Amino acid sequence: MSEDLSNVPKPDELMRIEHKPPRKGWMDVPVDFKPGTYSYPAKAKNLKILDMPNPREWSPTDEDWKLPENWKEIVREGFKDRLDKYRSFQLFMDICVRCGACADKCHFFIGSGDPKNMPVLRAELMRSVYRKEFTTSGKIFGKLAGARELTTDVIKEWFYYFYQCTECRRCSVFCPYGIDTAEITMMGRELLHLLGCGINWAMEPVANCFRTGNHLGIQPHGFKDTLEFFADDIEDLTGIKINVPLNKKGADILFVVPSGDYFGDPGTYTCMGYMMLFHELGLNYTWSTYASEGGNFGLFTSHEMIKRLNAKIYAEAKRLGVKWILGGECGHMWRVMHQYMDTMNGPADFLEVPTSPITGTRFENAKSTKMVHITEFTSDLMKHNKLRLDPGRNDNLIVTFHDSCNPARAMGLIEEPRYVIRKVCNHFHEMPENTIKEQTFCCGGGAGLGNDENMEMRLRGGFPRGNAVRHVQEKYGVNRLACVCAIDRATLVPVCDYWAPGVEVTGVHEMVANALVMKGEKERTTDLRGEPLPGKEEVEDE
Amino acid sequence: MGLWFSLFTVVILVLFVFMGVGVVGLNSLFGIVIPYAALLVFLVGVVYRVGKWARAPVPFRIPTTCGQQKSHPWIKANNLESPYNTLGVIVRMALEVLLFRSLFRNTRAELRDGPRVVYGGTKWLWLAGLAFHWSFLLILIRHLRFFTEPIPFFVNLFESMDGLFEIGVPTLYMTDIIILLAVTYLFLRRVVIPQIRYISLAADYFPLFLILGVVLSGVLMRHFYKVDIFKVKELATGLFSFHPVVTEGIGLAFYIHLFLVCTLLAYFPFSKLMHMGGVFLSPTRNLANNNRMRRHVNPWNYPVKVHTYEEYEDEFREKMKAVGLPVEKE
Amino acid sequence: MNNRGMIIAGIIIFLCMITFPIWYNVVGGKAAYTPEFKIVSKEKQCVESTKYMRAKHMQLLNDWRNSVVRDGKRTYTALDGKKYDMSLSNTCLNCHSNKADFCDKCHNYVEVTPTCWNCHVVPEGNKL
Repeated sequence: MSEDLSNVPKPDELMRIEHKPPRKGWMDVPVDFKPGTYSYPAKAKNLKILDMPNPREWSPTDEDWKLPENWKEIVREGFKDRLDKYRSFQLFMDICVRCGACADKCHFFIGSGDPKNMPVLRAELMRSVYRKEFTTSGKIFGKLAGARELTTDVIKEWFYYFYQCTECRRCSVFCPYGIDTAEITMMGRELLHLLGCGINWAMEPVANCFRTGNHLGIQPHGFKDTLEFFADDIEDLTGIKINVPLNKKGADILFVVPSGDYFGDPGTYTCMGYMMLFHELGLNYTWSTYASEGGNFGLFTSHEMIKRLNAKIYAEAKRLGVKWILGGECGHMWRVMHQYMDTMNGPADFLEVPTSPITGTRFENAKSTKMVHITEFTSDLMKHNKLRLDPGRNDNLIVTFHDSCNPARAMGLIEEPRYVIRKVCNHFHEMPENTIKEQTFCCGGGAGLGNDENMEMRLRGGFPRGNAVRHVQEKYGVNRLACVCAIDRATLVPVCDYWAPGVEVTGVHEMVANALVMKGEKERTTDLRGEPLPGKEEVEDE
Repeated sequence: MGLWFSLFTVVILVLFVFMGVGVVGLNSLFGIVIPYAALLVFLVGVVYRVGKWARAPVPFRIPTTCGQQKSHPWIKANNLESPYNTLGVIVRMALEVLLFRSLFRNTRAELRDGPRVVYGGTKWLWLAGLAFHWSFLLILIRHLRFFTEPIPFFVNLFESMDGLFEIGVPTLYMTDIIILLAVTYLFLRRVVIPQIRYISLAADYFPLFLILGVVLSGVLMRHFYKVDIFKVKELATGLFSFHPVVTEGIGLAFYIHLFLVCTLLAYFPFSKLMHMGGVFLSPTRNLANNNRMRRHVNPWNYPVKVHTYEEYEDEFREKMKAVGLPVEKE
Repeated sequence: MNNRGMIIAGIIIFLCMITFPIWYNVVGGKAAYTPEFKIVSKEKQCVESTKYMRAKHMQLLNDWRNSVVRDGKRTYTALDGKKYDMSLSNTCLNCHSNKADFCDKCHNYVEVTPTCWNCHVVPEGNKL
């Protein structure tokens, strides 16, 4: 996928920003919906599919947002309801001391200089209303106490800035009280949804996913076609015909991936990587057309929507009678699987504690949820020397690894993918320590913001990541950015094209498949992308 | 606006004591009634606020993981930054509460030409924060010499450590100097760093000025405007044993000190100072990252409308059959 | 999930710590005890007024020490013009002949540990 970057100013120009806030207080600066920095609103048809309130056609640049008559009442009630249900929300409204440690931790603030992108101020957008509506001091002292009236301008501001947060949780790492802006943004978005104010790039996938099982709206026959097409490609490459188990009852393992992996390059190569690996292992697994989405844009919508979309995973596992679930490379999907699924749709007492049929390893860390991350699975295989690998096939790649926000900060999946990468390629270099692991920077397009109309903001948000990539590009000649996230594989492409041209994005299992020496394979001359393998360039020329 | 309002308020509070004690002579009001009221508001207020948080459930286990999870036995799990058991959580919380672990991580992002962004470590906020909070605690413990009879052994221990250098008579306490420097730093950064100034509210300046007032009045009466500490202790122990006595001739500086402390106590539960209790309850810090090992129960987990497999198959059955996908109903 | 037990335990610990002076005084200590100290003096009036002495004697003594030890000046002129010999043992303790009741009780009460007796020998008759 190559996006059109022609509308975006050149990097020097884009970064001609000030990190100094204006003289005017933030409450007096109205929101400005500048093209390229916001996402289009959710279409009525998508909200209708999901029975969500106030479906209508509107635009953020309209003066009148066609909010429901009693919108204030709705927000107030919704606010109170969530304060009662979430200790996190109440606490994060109350205890911030505005020390400012979070200020320059946000990729959107670093890349835009807009003070309302400082996590503390993003939260204050909401706290100011909280004080006015729910605290005595706010009611009495008003602005002096940091309180303000709930007006339509506030709603507009919320819409702009809660859709300028990718819920990456980087700020929460640095906050002395662990205040998590993702939590606040999620609440903000829930309140906005009560008024029918969502973005289409999140709500269309949600509506699709609800009906067809995946964000892209691919129907069962289309899904089958796609996977079989990959199988053909694999046969061309390796000479091995692999089969694609679909909706297979009695399989041991249900395999779930983000739909991005079978939709667009370079995710598709990762998908082919999974298929080759499983074939080589002779794994008794199955794909599902109904649970054809591990990703969950419900996370970018509301807690209820997470549950509504996630329910199909366990339901399908039960229907197919599998023993446990294996999950592909995806960031936010793994936040849902790790932190929400079992609580929302468990207990998964009909499944067994995941055990690798190849190595016999019992995944004790997943004994309740019964779902294992693909890099946990593959690293275990490698540790037990169950795979024949030729990392030399990846010698043309000088690789660095981008920790995706959610696996790093909501799961702690840090060493597993690195272990796998080191086994399959010979040239691996880390980016600077302030930009990886728990301090990793977002791609700039997570949480539903990876749409084209928001491109300028995405590139601003992607600046810290792009900058770190360029650093290792200049220092070590890095030409491949590996990641374990489907959104990354889509959004880091323009980020690299813009900030570090020449660096391409790859999934970890694409590299695994390139290095994997399969039984009975013909001599490979190209990698999965059809580019000549190192040392095979001449062969190609002939 | 917030800055001047806060400063003005603290000045008014001080003038209030000048009038009340110095002119009108309401010693029992300022020496007995207000302290009791303030302490009561503080205790009830703090319990109420924490109770209110406690009543709200923690529906999801959402720790922010800052280190390697526990997965394979051969990958070293980081039990402090990504705790997988209760011990890990306790140590993580202890590091957070006692040493401000998260603030220690602080960095500063700087935009350079290129465009490039670089990150430098910055420990000043951490250092000042730690110095301030620990000094405050030690000063509080030191004050037990006025509150208790007989004086517990550890009070003398802290006191002699604090006055180790034996500078001046009475001895200059290190914590007094440290807290003055720390509070001044915390105030200055709020004013000087444009971003922090932009986000600062009256609620941020007021406690700083109030605490500065408390410290200054304390230092002044120890070293310059002497008060009769014998009588101070008589008053304090009287209060704490519910036999309050009004004593004359303590000195105005003491009443200013006491009144500012009372204001701080009474203000505490209604302010951001509640972060003292809140930090213990923060779900991103006080929960173990053992989500997939042990199920977390959400007390209000309600059923939601889902799209079942049956509904799905009903819609796509013919298409599924056409490509040979198995179906439940023919 | 709602860890109320932990929170209640936390609140109780907090309350116990904050109210330490209350229960310590009421339960374990001598509630509202004030030491009685006897002022024994030969003269009617100390070098300065009682109020001055109560609040600032430590400074006065410190000044005396500095003056005597460093400058060799031994004469103190009080605010009312009277002159005194700057001497803890001869001037002060001569008059206040009951160190235990006069000095120590009060110092112990507010936990003050003056360094006077590091050098000075407590005169006979002043000991317990």
